[in-house]
Parts: sequence; C-alpha cells; structure tokens
Amino acid sequence: MSSRVRLWVFLVGAAGFAALFAAACFDLPAFGTVPHPYGVRAVHAALSHHTANVIASVNFDLRAFDTLGEESILFSAVIGTVVLLRQARDEHRKDPEPATVHPPVRRFALLTLPFALLVGLYVIAHGQVSPGGGFQGGVVTATALHLLYIAADYRALERVRPLTLYEIGEAAGEAAYVITGFAAVLAGSAFLTNVLPFGTLATLSSGGTAMVLNAAVGLEVTSGIVVLLARFLDQAVEIEDPGEDDGSPRHTGGGGGNGDDEREPA
Amino acid sequence: MTVLPYLVAGWIFLIGVYGLVTSRDLIHAVGCLAVTQSSTYVLLLAVGYRNGGTAPVFADAPTNSRVVDPVVQALALTDIVVGATVTALLLALVVQLRKRHGTVDPDALSELKG
Repeated sequence: MSSRVRLWVFLVGAAGFAALFAAACFDLPAFGTVPHPYGVRAVHAALSHHTANVIASVNFDLRAFDTLGEESILFSAVIGTVVLLRQARDEHRKDPEPATVHPPVRRFALLTLPFALLVGLYVIAHGQVSPGGGFQGGVVTATALHLLYIAADYRALERVRPLTLYEIGEAAGEAAYVITGFAAVLAGSAFLTNVLPFGTLATLSSGGTAMVLNAAVGLEVTSGIVVLLARFLDQAVEIEDPGEDDGSPRHTGGGGGNGDDEREPA
Repeated sequence: MTVLPYLVAGWIFLIGVYGLVTSRDLIHAVGCLAVTQSSTYVLLLAVGYRNGGTAPVFADAPTNSRVVDPVVQALALTDIVVGATVTALLLALVVQLRKRHGTVDPDALSELKG
C-alpha cells in the first residue's frame, strides 16, 4: 500500500472514529459531577483496612490479583528484552572507553545521586501512606543509580551495579508477591487476602499485606529497570556490530566518562 | 464545556495514530504508540474527576473529605507501567531490526527473509 493510500485509509477511519467518539462523549455524564459508586466503595474498603493511600489499597489489596498479572507483564517484558538484546554470536564486546565529562555536570550528578536514591527508597517505603509506591519509587531508585553514568562513566556504573544481583532481585520480587499470596492461603483465607494486622492509619506499618506486596513490587521494579537499562547501555557502549556500519552514530553514545574516576560514590 | 477533557483524549489518540500511519522511522513509531496510549490516561483521569475532589490519600486529609475516584487512578498506574515495559520491548526489537536489516524505515522492511 502506498503511503498516499494509507493516509486516505487513515483519514476515513479517523473521521469515523472522531464522529462516534464525539457522539459518545456528549452522552457521557458531565465532567466532574458524576457519583462514583466504585470509588466510594474503594475508599471505604481502604479506610477499613487502615491504608491511607487508597490507590495503593486498590492495587495491592482490593485488586492484588490483577497487580500480580501486571507485575508478570513487567517481569516477562524484561526477560524478553534481555533475550532480544543479548550478545549475538557474530558480535564482539569492547571495553567502554573513558571520555571527558564537564566538571559542573559531574558535580551536579554526584550531588543529586544520594538524594535521588533516598527519594526513591522513601517513595517505595511510604507507598501505603503517601502518593507513590513500589512502581513509582522503583523507577526513581533505578534511574538514580544511573546518575553515576552521567557523573563518571560506564565502568564506574558497572562496578557498583552487579547485574546478577539485580537479576536475582527481580525474580525475588516476583516470587515474594506469589509467596505472600500463598501465605494467605496457608493462613486459611483466599489467595492474596489481606491477613496481616492492619496497623494504625497513616503510619509506615499500616495496610497489612499491602505493605509487603508494595515492597515486593518496589524490589522487582528497581531490579527490572536496572536490568533493562543495562541491556540497552550494553548495546550502545559495549557491543560492536559485526561487519560494516553504514555511518550510524551508534558508537558516539558512550559519552559521559572521564579518565580519572578514582572514587566510587554511592 | 464539560466534554472537553474527553474530546482531548480522543484528539491525543488520533494524533498518535496519525503519527503511526505516516511514520518513516520505527523509533518514531514507538514514540507515537506511547502518545496513542497516553490518551487512555487522560480519558481515565477525566472519568474519575469530581469537582472539588482532592487526591485519594488520607494521610493528612480528614477521612470524610471528597476525593477523586481512586479506582481509575489505579488503572492509569497499571496502564503506565505496562506502556513503559512494552515500549522497552519494542525498542529492543527495533535495535535488532536495525542490526539485521540495516534500516529502521518500515517501508523498506517489506521483504521476507528466511
């Protein structure tokens, strides 16, 4: 199909969609005014389980089984990426070269690194109390580690990031979620029922199993994102193409390094 | 205009699909897919909004305060996580395509290779 025909097919489809969608929108209850029966019940259920963050309660308590599926999507996507971006038989690995990094950039990254790490861990730990949780905090924590790549270079990052440990961490996070679910079965309830004591509202130890599942997800997301980024960085920095490379700038991506990375922050 | 948030979601969806249809670069196409998916976040959050509602987190707010719908917010969270991982997986596929076929133009990838 030529691109002109494709565009026309799109335009016809888009016009149809726009008409039907707009008609549906004008039939929807007005913005901001509708009663929310499920929302009201979710708030009630979360408060009865002493979980201040209702979204965490929905994810890790009321819909904990769905979150297991969601976590598995994350888990399998990371595995898929690891398999896709492995070193092929005809490729070879070269050591990343040190490159210069501007002192202000390095200072900024080194200064931000501990705070970013702390914020990430804080967001994971307070998932059941304040906005955030394992998914959000995990991404912050994993990204914070990569400030080291900006501050020093890839070799410094590789030294503080034993990849095997993070691969185990990812599997452990997924396993901890399932084990918590079966622990509820052993305690005489259904899979993933909240069987732990609920604690006091708005304290760190509140929420029962929501707290445990939140930590498991935090571990998995942190490890998963680190493994994911490591595979992409490997492709950009370490793994070389077999044969010719027709002028694509894939080897210039290995910047952010300096020769004298004698210290290891973090 | 109370339907505007819903219509914005539809517009984001269409602009994302338009990008997908006219894309000449698979990286760009993956970005367009992310834009298309972000329309669902807007739609979900628009459906869950209540006038005068605050965030559904009762750490500081009194327990009888009016909050926006937490269920759709949890759905949006799920949506974002799945979207991010699928984007990563697609980008990994593009990296391999670039290596094996030497191009990221979807129109140049028509032939089958055994």
